[in-house]
Amino acid sequence: MATTTPARGSQSSARGLVRPTFSQPRRRLPYPFGLYQTAVGKKWVMGVTGIMMMGFVLVHMIGNLHMYEGPAKYNEYAEALRTVGGALMPREGVLWALRLGLLGAAALHIHSAATLTIINRRSRPLAYQSPRDYSAANFASRTMRATGIIVLLFVIFHLLDLTWGVFLGEDYITGDVYNNVTRSLSSLPIALLYLLANIALAVHLFHGAWSMFQSLGWNSPQFNQARRVFAAAFAGLILVGNLSFPILNLTGVVSQDSRTTPCVAEGGEETRICLGVNE
Amino acid sequence: MRITLKVWRQDGPTAPGSFETYDVPGVSPDMSFLEMLDVVNDRLTLDGKRPIVFEHDCREGICGSCGMMINGVPHGPERGTATCQLHMRKFHDGDQIVVEPWRSAAFPVIRDVAVDRSAFDRIIEAGGYISTPTGAAPDANLTLIPKPVADAAMDAAACIGCGACVAACPNSAAQLFTSAKLAHLNLLPQGQAERWARTEAMVETMEEFFGSCTNHGECREACPKEISLDFIAMMNRDYVKSKRKNRKLLSQIR
Amino acid sequence: MSETGFLDGKVPTGPIHERWTSHKFNMKLVNPANKRRYEIIVVGTGLAGAAAAASLGELGYNVKVFTFHDSPRRAHSIAAQGGINAAKNYKNDGDSVYRLFYDTVKGGDFRAREGNVHRLAEVSVDIIDQCAGQGVPFAREYSGLLDNRSFGGAQVSRTFYARGQTGQQLLLGAYQALARQIRAGSCTLYNRTEMLDLVVKDGAARGIVVRDLLTGEVSSHSAHAVVVASGGYSNVFYLSTNALGSNTTATWRAHKRGALFANPCYTQIHPTCIPASDDFQSKLTLMSESLRNDGRIWVPKKPDDTRSPDQIPEADRDYYLERRYPAFGNLVPRDVASRNAKTQVDEGRGVGPIKNGVYLDFSDAINRVGPKVIKERYDNLFEMYERITDEDPYKVPMRIYPAVHYTMGGLWVDYNLMSNIPGLYVIGEANFSDHGANRLGASALMQGLADGYFVLPYTIGDYLAGMLGEKPLDPADPAFKQSEAEIADQVNRLLAMRGKHTVDQLYRKMGVDVMWTKCGMGRNATGLTEAISDIRAIREEFWSDLNIADQSQTMNQSLEKAMRVADFMDLAELMCTDALHREESCGGHFREEYQTPDGEALRNDDQFAYVGAWEWTGESGQQKLHKEELAFENVKLAQRSYK
Ligand SMILES: Cc1cc2nc3c(=O)[nH]c(=O)nc-3n(C[C@H](O)[C@H](O)[C@H](O)COP(=O)(O)OP(=O)(O)OC[C@H]3O[C@@H](n4cnc5c(N)ncnc54)[C@H](O)[C@@H]3O)c2cc1C
Ligand code: HEM
Ligand code: SF4
Ligand code: FES
Repeated sequence: MATTTPARGSQSSARGLVRPTFSQPRRRLPYPFGLYQTAVGKKWVMGVTGIMMMGFVLVHMIGNLHMYEGPAKYNEYAEALRTVGGALMPREGVLWALRLGLLGAAALHIHSAATLTIINRRSRPLAYQSPRDYSAANFASRTMRATGIIVLLFVIFHLLDLTWGVFLGEDYITGDVYNNVTRSLSSLPIALLYLLANIALAVHLFHGAWSMFQSLGWNSPQFNQARRVFAAAFAGLILVGNLSFPILNLTGVVSQDSRTTPCVAEGGEETRICLGVNE
Repeated sequence: MRITLKVWRQDGPTAPGSFETYDVPGVSPDMSFLEMLDVVNDRLTLDGKRPIVFEHDCREGICGSCGMMINGVPHGPERGTATCQLHMRKFHDGDQIVVEPWRSAAFPVIRDVAVDRSAFDRIIEAGGYISTPTGAAPDANLTLIPKPVADAAMDAAACIGCGACVAACPNSAAQLFTSAKLAHLNLLPQGQAERWARTEAMVETMEEFFGSCTNHGECREACPKEISLDFIAMMNRDYVKSKRKNRKLLSQIR
Repeated sequence: MSETGFLDGKVPTGPIHERWTSHKFNMKLVNPANKRRYEIIVVGTGLAGAAAAASLGELGYNVKVFTFHDSPRRAHSIAAQGGINAAKNYKNDGDSVYRLFYDTVKGGDFRAREGNVHRLAEVSVDIIDQCAGQGVPFAREYSGLLDNRSFGGAQVSRTFYARGQTGQQLLLGAYQALARQIRAGSCTLYNRTEMLDLVVKDGAARGIVVRDLLTGEVSSHSAHAVVVASGGYSNVFYLSTNALGSNTTATWRAHKRGALFANPCYTQIHPTCIPASDDFQSKLTLMSESLRNDGRIWVPKKPDDTRSPDQIPEADRDYYLERRYPAFGNLVPRDVASRNAKTQVDEGRGVGPIKNGVYLDFSDAINRVGPKVIKERYDNLFEMYERITDEDPYKVPMRIYPAVHYTMGGLWVDYNLMSNIPGLYVIGEANFSDHGANRLGASALMQGLADGYFVLPYTIGDYLAGMLGEKPLDPADPAFKQSEAEIADQVNRLLAMRGKHTVDQLYRKMGVDVMWTKCGMGRNATGLTEAISDIRAIREEFWSDLNIADQSQTMNQSLEKAMRVADFMDLAELMCTDALHREESCGGHFREEYQTPDGEALRNDDQFAYVGAWEWTGESGQQKLHKEELAFENVKLAQRSYK
């Protein structure tokens, strides 16, 4: 008979046709980095970075609501962001720290997503040959990668558009955020892009904001019911908030021309430029 | 009843496989699904054809031997029911029933719809036990276990090791199986001494064979024992903690 | 059939409660450093096998474990529902080791060895500790202490349980202990490997020959001792509550190499199973006996009454157990309840589509305590019943019928659990030892674990100590090679026939039409004599006209089954021979000729207070009878009565 073939490294003497698909890392990194060498650890990292990005998305959405208070308040908010930390910190210091943090989070989130996806593909080399009938997996959970990528591409576009002004050309005014946003959003294709991306984001969050509780091991009978509600509410909030911007811009409720006040109330260079444009 | 059975036939682990279709008249609604396959097999044999290989033993939903994809659902359409407990009355006259083996890199097909699930044994061997050599245990009533804890441990321990969770999972992950065993042992006072070492070892062995969880929840829908997803959350928490705890425990050796 | 002298059970002498202790002290020990020089083969990973293998591995022996299953966890023990007995007296209700001993001897209808039974009761206490230590999630009370229930008509609450899955949880405990030893390297697991022969040379067991079920390869394994823990043979009846894979092959082939087969006719019939629904039925499902606490058993008074149960008025119903046994009513012991159900069905009063059951009616209980309480007590059972039959027991009375459940007979072993072949040990349901002619509920799990955890690991050392320095026989020895060749021959012969019958057709004919009808709940000389010639005819057909369409050697389930059924056919004949020779009724063996005027079993202690152990002489049906006299020094011989 087939003599006993070691199955797990040399740890088990029992027989079986199966061989490991994945090998354990040759060297385990010291704590806590070793965590990231495992799938469960990576999922944990996805949860943590997901929360960081959720925090960003929420704050970002709330911040943008200032748009409805007009250019002055809006630009004031933008300026406030740059000076978070007051005199204690260099100008834009905290902002940059936050940006770097977010960038790191996004990088880890994407890297985990990519590596885990590869693992999952290899775990079932031959797919089911007859149609599957899913009963729990929903649209959101099965399109995480797609919605994630849509959001990623959108974020890149969004940065190119509003941070570096690549697409607005002449119309882009560094510092006059109100101007840039309203100009950008009043173009139909761009507004549609926002629509698509934010629906994708909401779908991503509908699963992600529930899933992270599992990945992080936050569960207790008392609030388990509430986890689904939380995810739906969070995704809905972001969806409504973020979609209002392109929609209200397109329908003209918010517009470039409705500005009546100077964009930045207090002095400084931006104020001058911005007022100059308004002339 | 008359049904059409479309079954995956594959001669060996490396042989190519394909579906074959059989017309099955005379099915009684009181037959179990496996009894229907028995009838098909007897007819195949009398026709000089090779009968369908499928695993089964207890036929009462407890040994975990049986299991196949039935119309794209592990263990078929009835919730909380293993294949052997499924009855033909859940189908209708004229139905086509498609039967396919569990598919996962960790569950190689042996023949037809029989797969090798010994990867599960590897996970248990890695640490799915409480080390109590024969004779070493104190009086059973010395360790008091609150009823809710004993009940929760029993809920987790009800797993029959059938593999439906892996089969159902779009990522072919074994989280439900592994977490059920971990929860069973990690919840009990007797299991505390080895809790962190066990968690680390079992999770890392699991990851050698299986995919990673994306929290679809398909496993729980397919599970004949309706094992809760909460155990997966508990495993994730314990795993992350174990990395820290084990480091601490080791640092006490000087 | 011929008889020879008396067998020696090697039971130590002295006061019953000191025998095991002094025996343990008198046995030889193997030095810890020498243990790794010994090879031990364990066949079977049920409660008995897994417990033994793990314990022997922990002691330091080199253990090779064999199972035909894919994993140790699938063994038939997994299916046990009710619970496990132990004389803990946690309930302060007067239980003691002595009472458990007494109940077991009496329950076994005075056909078990006192010495063995007392030892079983003694170690029962350690089993619960051991299992709780392993993390078996036994039911608890709110205090955190272990819960107990009373089971199978016992007067004390001594049954420990884990929901309705006690066997599963105990087996998982043993399996996990074994997994730890596999990981540690002291045990090597050969799963999907079936033992097909025992090799005996120079008067001792030297090893086994096995077939790899994945590749069909036949190979040999040698060792200093062989432990067989392959379970019971209820499946000789084709329909039973056992898992479909349970078989007699390991024990039967050992029998053919000289091991005595004891009391093969003792079979236990469980009264509350779900009746077969049609001819395609492949197994019967047990419903816990506890149902009889609240259900009332009845049949229509008129034979062939076709009215639905709710249309049958009280006056037309016969609550036959309550009528015949006013004191115990529906709670009479298993064998009494079973036989009475059979009488009703035989006389045409059976119920259900094919008239093969009796009603177990909960409507009175539901009216008395309310559906909520009934739900709490039996919900999982009701659910299981509905899943199988599609009938709701809250509305329609359940239909139940007895089914074969357990076999008390098995390979003969002495007090050390060693068979008459030196070096061959037999444990668990596979041996004949502790239950006499009838097993009490929740005692099989106890016995399997007692043998595996707490008896064999001591007694095997006594034998091994004398073999220090001896090497196991070379697996290339002609004794092994010859056996390998014989197995290959058998396989080829089976495959070559290509006849008209499938294995299942002949198996069913032998099991249901012959064994169940003529050697089942009630037996008589005429039926048994007929049965023997029927079996011979079917065996003839089997060996000439069988069709195994799958000609391959790789995972070939028809071939595996054919080899098991071949052994069942031989065993069936021996069971009938044994039943025919035992001219008395006792426990699970009911000879219709020997009953009291009220239809109770009538023992014949003067002539049959012995163990009947059969020796293979080269051909089926030609076995020689050996007797082991049973002495009852502690429990007085008495007739059971449940009036
Ligand atoms: C439905 C049901 C309910 C029960 N409930 C209870 C209960 O509540 N309480 C109680 O005390 N008892 C109960 N019993 C009885 C009890 O479960 C069994 O008697 C006991 O589990 C037998 O254990 P075992 O270890 O001897 O054998 P098994 O568990 O049958 O194990 C046999 C092992 O041997 C292996 N094997 C067999 N033949 C070979 C071979 N040729 N080669 C290799 N391996 C082989 C098998 O793979 C398996 O691993 C119940 C039985 C049934 C059927
Ligand atoms: C940038 C591109 C992104 C990609 C490629 C991506 C991809 C993924 C993937 C593959 C998952 C795992 C899917 C699963 O668990 O089923 C996931 C989870 C998650 N994502 Fe994203 N995502 C992206 C952006 C974002 C953003 C912007 C947010 C927050 C606003 C976010 C929040 C989350 C959360 C909370 C989870 C759940 C984490 C967990 O289960 O632990 N993701 N993402
Ligand atoms: S968790 Fe459920 S589906 Fe998975 S192996 Fe256990 S019983 Fe089967
Ligand atoms: S055959 Fe045992 S669970 Fe289905």
